[in-house]
Amino acid sequence: MTDVAAANDMFTARKRKSLPAEMNAFLGLVVLILIFEALGWSLMGQSFLFNKLRLSIMITQVAVVGILAVGVTQVIISGGIDLSGGSIIGATSMIAMSFAQSSVFPRAIYIEQGWVDLPIVIPIAIGLGVALICGIINGVLVAYVKLPSFIATLGMMVTARGVALWYTEGKPISFPTDGFKAIGEGLMPVWIFITVAVLFWLILRYTLYGKHTYAIGSNEAAARMSGINVERHLFLVYVIAALLAGLAALVLTARSQTAQAMFGTTNELDAIAMAVIGGVSLAGGRGSILGTAIGMLIFGVIFSGFIFLSVDAYYQNMVKGAIIVGAVALDQWRQKRQAMEI
Amino acid sequence: MSDVILKTEGLTKYYGGLHALDNANFELRSGEHVAIMGDNGAGKSTFVRQITGVEQRTRGKIIFNGQEVHFKGPLEAREAGIETVFQNLALADDLDVPSNLFLGREKIWLNLGPFSILDFKGMKAATEAALKRTAVKIPNLANTIRNMSGGQRQCVAIARTATFASKLIIMDEPTAALGVQETAQVENIIRTLKSNGEPVILISHNMRQVFDLVDRIVVFRRGRIVANLKKSQTTGEEVVAYITGAKTAPEFSDAA
Ligand SMILES: Nc1ncnc2c1ncn2[C@@H]1O[C@H](COP(=O)(O)OP(=O)(O)OP(=O)(O)O)[C@@H](O)[C@H]1O
Ligand SMILES: [Mg+2]
Repeated sequence: MTDVAAANDMFTARKRKSLPAEMNAFLGLVVLILIFEALGWSLMGQSFLFNKLRLSIMITQVAVVGILAVGVTQVIISGGIDLSGGSIIGATSMIAMSFAQSSVFPRAIYIEQGWVDLPIVIPIAIGLGVALICGIINGVLVAYVKLPSFIATLGMMVTARGVALWYTEGKPISFPTDGFKAIGEGLMPVWIFITVAVLFWLILRYTLYGKHTYAIGSNEAAARMSGINVERHLFLVYVIAALLAGLAALVLTARSQTAQAMFGTTNELDAIAMAVIGGVSLAGGRGSILGTAIGMLIFGVIFSGFIFLSVDAYYQNMVKGAIIVGAVALDQWRQKRQAMEI
Repeated sequence: MSDVILKTEGLTKYYGGLHALDNANFELRSGEHVAIMGDNGAGKSTFVRQITGVEQRTRGKIIFNGQEVHFKGPLEAREAGIETVFQNLALADDLDVPSNLFLGREKIWLNLGPFSILDFKGMKAATEAALKRTAVKIPNLANTIRNMSGGQRQCVAIARTATFASKLIIMDEPTAALGVQETAQVENIIRTLKSNGEPVILISHNMRQVFDLVDRIVVFRRGRIVANLKKSQTTGEEVVAYITGAKTAPEFSDAA
């Protein structure tokens, strides 16, 4: 009799459910905003949030890293990590910009060849092509050569930065055509981010690609036994991540109206931190683009809050470091708690 | 001979120097339910992994449905009609029940290659039907597997094999982690398969269950088949003697 009762219990046990991680992140965001709002009124005598200019600066600033973070999020959900995004931004930015220069600048890189004032599809295609090559290399190394993603993308991080620096021996490239500038003008970066985020939110939620990404991150052996082509899928995941890094680079370059070899430095860590803060588990299998978008806003609020309160830039970096470590610690703690519940 | 579903000839698997499976000759006829028994590490799961293409054999022949087969992976085996419940559950913890049932062969609503849109409704309905057929009760299909008991998880894995038409079902210790009630449920599923004439290979350590469910018992010991016994002509003691090595059948005496 006790056995049967125990068996029945198995169906009712483990009902305990915690809040979705996205909800926790959202509450964190709200609390942060309230804190800065309170500090704003007491220290600066004005509202932090209700300031159109501050909001638009904040959101365009994080949008670029946000685009990168969308790609990184799907890599993390698939059970890997991508450290190369920031450097891919650097390389893509330099090479794309050299094909986006206007003829008004007499020392444009390819002015002798006559490759100036080109229609914007050319720098866009070349930029995405550079990112694609990086993504293919990442994808082959991780999916087929089976290097740990940490190592493969670390290698790409160093290499792509090397390419960015080698391209002009470190000199910045400027004077883009008006057409190219338009990619980064006004709220364009934000619209591009929103489009990318919504698209990948839908893809991860409603398509085969999404289902297999979660399945592989959750239990790679099970995914394989179920007949999922794990290699081909992971290859695709890394290629898409690199393409999104390339897109982020185009937006950043257009917005800055210049390309610099060090563009994107440590952006990959910001992107990972945004994802983890938003509840994407470094163990794979869990998280969403919505969470990452909330993580991105938390980043934006903290830094625009610091500028608002005129906190020194050095402190910003220290806090950023603390946030990254804190987010990973939080994820570890979540995983441990989950393991104990089972 | 035409009604032989599965036949292995000299099937062998070495892991380096370890002879996990050695020269296994095995036969299964259509509609037949055969149990594979043997001590821990006897090579039972290894045998299953070679047949289902999860691993590649060292040597030997596998003839399935009258044709020699070389499955490159579990998907090929499954497409050929072999459904397997693996001992280490092949489930994704972070996915819900329908997603696990249809893992690797999802129903598609709109075909866009890798970005095909999934038919969630269809998969949910088919899942409900499969669970009903197998009398498995799971309160909320949308829960992730992570939040379920061992018994529920096993039921999901077994319901999965019953969801898709198949020519052979292999279950590797399907009731090892289950309570009494859930074990009874699984055994009922196996009886249903028997009455439908679907052949089953059942790996089990449970003597009562084996004598209840199967027609024939094959005993593995140290990577070799040491006995092939009709249920009607043997006893529990005899099977145990073969498992422990106290006894060896004359036709397998070289295996001792
Ligand atoms: N991938 C592997 N690499 C090396 N050795 C392995 C591997 N898989 C299994 N073995 C070894 O092969 C032998 C047979 O293992 P197998 O899993 O087939 O046993 P089993 O009969 O299924 O046992 P159990 O009843 O415990 O499930 C064991 O000694 C095991 O340690
Ligand atoms: Mg086993």
